[in-house]
Amino acid sequence: MTKEKKMVITIPREELMSPGHLACQGCGASLAMRLALKALGQKTAVCIPACCWAVIDGPFPYSSLDIPIYHCAFETAASSASGVKAGLEMVGETETTVLAWAGDGGTFDIGIQALSAAAERNEDIIYACYDNEAYMNTGIQRSSATPLGAWTTTTPVKHYKKERKKDIIGIMAAHEIPYIATASVAYPEDLVRKFKKAREIKGTRFIHIYAPCPVGWKSQPEDSIKLAKLAVQTGYFPLFEIEDGENWTLNFKVKERKPISEYLKLQGRFRHLKEEEIAIIQKEVDTKWEKTLKKCGL
Amino acid sequence: MKKVIMGNHALSYGAMLSRSQVIAAYPITPQTQVVELLSEMCADGTLEAKFIKVESEHSAMAACLGASLAGARAFTATSAQGLALMHEMLHWASGGRMPVVLGNINRAMAPGWSIWSDQNDSLSERDTGWIQFYCSSNQEVLDSVIQAFKVSEKLMIPSMIILDAFSLSHTYEVVEIPEQEKVDGYLPPFKPPFRLTTEEPHAFGGLTSPDHYMELRYKLQKDMEKVPALVDETGREYEKIFGRRLSQVDDYRCDDAELILVTSGTAGYTARVAVDELREKGIKAGNLRIRLFRPFPFEKVRQIVSSAPKVAVLDRNISYGHHGIFYQEVKSALYGQTAKPTVFGFIAGLGGRDITKDHFKEIVEYALSKDKAEEEIVWIGVKK
Repeated sequence: MTKEKKMVITIPREELMSPGHLACQGCGASLAMRLALKALGQKTAVCIPACCWAVIDGPFPYSSLDIPIYHCAFETAASSASGVKAGLEMVGETETTVLAWAGDGGTFDIGIQALSAAAERNEDIIYACYDNEAYMNTGIQRSSATPLGAWTTTTPVKHYKKERKKDIIGIMAAHEIPYIATASVAYPEDLVRKFKKAREIKGTRFIHIYAPCPVGWKSQPEDSIKLAKLAVQTGYFPLFEIEDGENWTLNFKVKERKPISEYLKLQGRFRHLKEEEIAIIQKEVDTKWEKTLKKCGL
Repeated sequence: MKKVIMGNHALSYGAMLSRSQVIAAYPITPQTQVVELLSEMCADGTLEAKFIKVESEHSAMAACLGASLAGARAFTATSAQGLALMHEMLHWASGGRMPVVLGNINRAMAPGWSIWSDQNDSLSERDTGWIQFYCSSNQEVLDSVIQAFKVSEKLMIPSMIILDAFSLSHTYEVVEIPEQEKVDGYLPPFKPPFRLTTEEPHAFGGLTSPDHYMELRYKLQKDMEKVPALVDETGREYEKIFGRRLSQVDDYRCDDAELILVTSGTAGYTARVAVDELREKGIKAGNLRIRLFRPFPFEKVRQIVSSAPKVAVLDRNISYGHHGIFYQEVKSALYGQTAKPTVFGFIAGLGGRDITKDHFKEIVEYALSKDKAEEEIVWIGVKK
């Protein structure tokens, strides 16, 4: 008799995000929020700065989330969340998880000063960055999270992005905060597990979520999950955790990485790249992957 | 209990007695002693509050607003460049109706670097929807913090307590420190009608279409218009408990004055010395010190200056391409009124240059010798 394999459902059924939100088709950021809130539960207050989510939530007087939301200024996700946490503690609400939920622009660029300061103070907040690799809410302008080779409206094809994506994980790891993780909407069990784990840890926790954006990436909405999977399978966006700034764990061991070209060719933002340019990107991914493996002790 | 304290510490005591629950601040000269004392108070338990030591004034205000939205009483203090860096968040505070109280030490804006006093920092923020109180003594600084929390929390509009750099911030004066019990009787705990809580989830500050935005601003203005009466009401209540009245303006020998010197901040006290000396020489001078600048105390100003034939406004600030800012405001208060005193505008003391009683005598002499203002700005003590 063959042994029966039972599937265990680890993602809570409870929904804290309603339909009727304003996200585009195939939006990774909206799926990320839905999953994150399933993990964190209703005793969560969120600070959302200027980013796609400032719109996705829905216009006044509506909201698609069943948790309290503070729509804060662009560069203040971390500082606002610090204040909310302190304020809630002073009024006796010590159990509420305070979540800062920002895009890559609000994290890698304009919000990095406040984020670094909050991490240095080890504020008791979860900071989640959903990374769609450009200023998508304002119409696809490059951010420091935009990858090498990508087209955006401010890095036109004739002058596509020549710089590497900023190493936000390296920056956050240097702060030696208790918990850092990367997560992807294509791996919901992993994402939910990480948010659940983060919820139980005190201090600053940083979760970097890969969030496809069909509009900005010139990809098909139905390819969002496929792209998110490929990002992991090519080693472009490895899934790992860092505890106390130094203990790295690779969560998804890719035995044979797929070539980066498979990932790039599904996205119009890379359409202009020639073979030799793709080879450069491949080399970049390889180097980074090796570094990650080394840090994870593999 | 009486204590000899500096103006900056008067702010700290005011914040402590108001039982501030969250303080977030960043150091800047000449504000530092405000937050140094508060951090000591937080550390030794004199004040039960969380002190968030942020990396910038922008984050200081952002953290205060987060705390305020969560339902905690929040306080911060800054000066000049720091206040300018906060600018975006000042709009956020009033627009989001978060009644934070901020102490601002009036310091001139760079460049060139100056740590000395003038009012261009706070007056650049006059249209951000904050209540502004300009103080002229350390006692008034302390009392104003307590009153400001009361006014702000009643109307859900933030307040700025403003004092001159050095001539008040670092000057030691005798200050009556009120008893905590009495302050608690005057200022009840902060209980906002809505707050950020999982017990009753709301979205604050979300995308607001043209269908709704204007009404939110209309309501802010309507509540701003309630401030002058509330300042008088809470000021009288303050007098009953503490023996000191807090008003929109403070007038001195204005009743029969031929010329009223309009001032703000510490220059008011200097003006009074000049007024007394001029009176001894038979010149009927008076002084109107404007304490509440935003919202502007139109009625009070009209009531007091209308009886005088001449008014001389002293500005320690300038709106480049226009005039001194208090001068503009006083003129606008008198426009279309039946009684129209001749109003003169003087600018002095920028970047911390002293304003002395002799300057006021010069101002009085000028104003009494002219039938009308020949120029919109009369510069006092400028090396041309």
